[in-house]
Amino acid sequence: MTKTKTLRIDHVKHPMGLLSVHVFWCVAFIVIPLLFILYYMMIDGNGSLTLDNIKYLGSKEILRCFGRSLIYAAASTAVCLLLGYPLALIISRMPTRRQTTMNMLIMIPMWVSFIIRTYTIKNIFNDNGIINQLLRSMHILEKEGDFVKFLGTPGLIIFGMVYNFLPYMVVPIVTSLTGIDNRLFEASADLGASPWKTLLHVTLPLSRAGIISGITMVFVPAVSTFYISSTLSGGTVTLIGDKIETAFLNESNFSRGSALSFVLMILIIISMLIMNKFGDRNVEGVAV
Amino acid sequence: MRATKAAKIAKAFKRIYTVLILLALYAPIVIMVFYSFNALRSTSTMSFAYTSERPFGYWYAEVFKNEAALIALRNSVVLALLSGFISTVLGTVAAYGLFHLHRRRLRAVITNVTNMPMMNPDIVTGISMMLLFATTFAIVGSGQTGFVTLLIAHITFNLPYVILSISPRLHQMDRNLPEAALDLGCTPLQSFFKVELPFLFPAILSGFIMAITLSLDDYVISLFTSGSSFETLPLFIFNMARKSVPPSIYALSTLFLLIVLALLITSNVIQRKTEQKQGAH
Repeated sequence: MTKTKTLRIDHVKHPMGLLSVHVFWCVAFIVIPLLFILYYMMIDGNGSLTLDNIKYLGSKEILRCFGRSLIYAAASTAVCLLLGYPLALIISRMPTRRQTTMNMLIMIPMWVSFIIRTYTIKNIFNDNGIINQLLRSMHILEKEGDFVKFLGTPGLIIFGMVYNFLPYMVVPIVTSLTGIDNRLFEASADLGASPWKTLLHVTLPLSRAGIISGITMVFVPAVSTFYISSTLSGGTVTLIGDKIETAFLNESNFSRGSALSFVLMILIIISMLIMNKFGDRNVEGVAV
Repeated sequence: MRATKAAKIAKAFKRIYTVLILLALYAPIVIMVFYSFNALRSTSTMSFAYTSERPFGYWYAEVFKNEAALIALRNSVVLALLSGFISTVLGTVAAYGLFHLHRRRLRAVITNVTNMPMMNPDIVTGISMMLLFATTFAIVGSGQTGFVTLLIAHITFNLPYVILSISPRLHQMDRNLPEAALDLGCTPLQSFFKVELPFLFPAILSGFIMAITLSLDDYVISLFTSGSSFETLPLFIFNMARKSVPPSIYALSTLFLLIVLALLITSNVIQRKTEQKQGAH
């Protein structure tokens, strides 16, 4: 607010003066809102304390929904890793200039809103969409009204997630791969390792940091997504994100929505902790 | 001989793999642009048989005739510029303060809290702010989500990206420069504006443009913090897509993509030019 005033204070001695506005902002608009989630999950519609929302989390419907979200997120993260790692490997071996171009080429689709991208995918795979028309014109589908049902299949939902999140997997892996000293690959080859052995024992362990950040960057949006799943399934597949959206926007049930969001947060924190631990231990293993 | 043949096959395989993935990534976007020029009211059957009733570029003309779309576009641009500007100013000061903060634990705490909107799923950030606003309005007795709540939300999720863009540049700076300025009689404020700010400028600018693009693109957080009084373009497109309006939504999206691409290219060019200039000195 009074930026010029705070700047006049010797910045080396009083950096907190400079940070005052920022700290205020973070407390007011990050910390307090998150505390509200905790508060709302413990009250009912009238504002009195209740455990109903927490019990609601244990209901079969919600547990199934969490399970489904985890499975979809894990599957799409795995597909992203399997498709993305080879691509990252190829890019990292390119000359620097082409690397920059490739990184740009991979990131540009991300600048189309994911709503539009998902909407387009839905139109392509619709019962009467481009793919089905193509199949008809190639006479793979015999009758005029025949179509392959893509909408609502787990395959299409995972495809939608992979399509939306793949760049988040590729870019960090490319970064970590380009940071590896090339002489290590040469040394490995000179010492008689086959390309596969080099990949398994040199390249993969050394790019672990990139793999882990890639997995996190795909898993977090995938497990909390709500638009992709509901659009590509026509509303038949409900993930936890869909449940939260409905609770807040359609049912105005802030308490249930908060409880669901809280679990989502915990879930993500746990998976990040596991990922970090897993990563560190293996890095140590390599060092030994 | 055999080795070179294997190498050739491997090379071809790598090319094909890269091209296939790029094709898959771009196919929906190409289809979107392609069908925005459709002569038919369809997103699956393509025709170039333009009529006087539906001439070439008809769906683009429709967009420009659609007042709600233009208002949404204007709203998005205003929101992006304003939230980008405010978060850049706040973020620059914060990055500068954090850089000079030598109490490590405190610095780590502030950084981690700032980064929360980046780490948390968007939906959690969105609903947590919705709760804050709803509760505040309930206590005060009046108020409505709209432009101001959206602005606060957008500034908040832009901040970590702005700081992340400026911090590395601060660490690259020769610490002797501001000291020399002070020794030569500059006030700390003068030293900041005349010495440090010009050095930080490319990073500040790329942080600003990053913030604008993030703000333009955001859908999830906006969904929970906007009211019916103020609709951004992603929200408008989403509502339009629900009603399944044919190619004009593709035309609008294509226009939107062009705006975002223009921004990104401008930022790249400016950054490269500043770097060249600094390299020349």
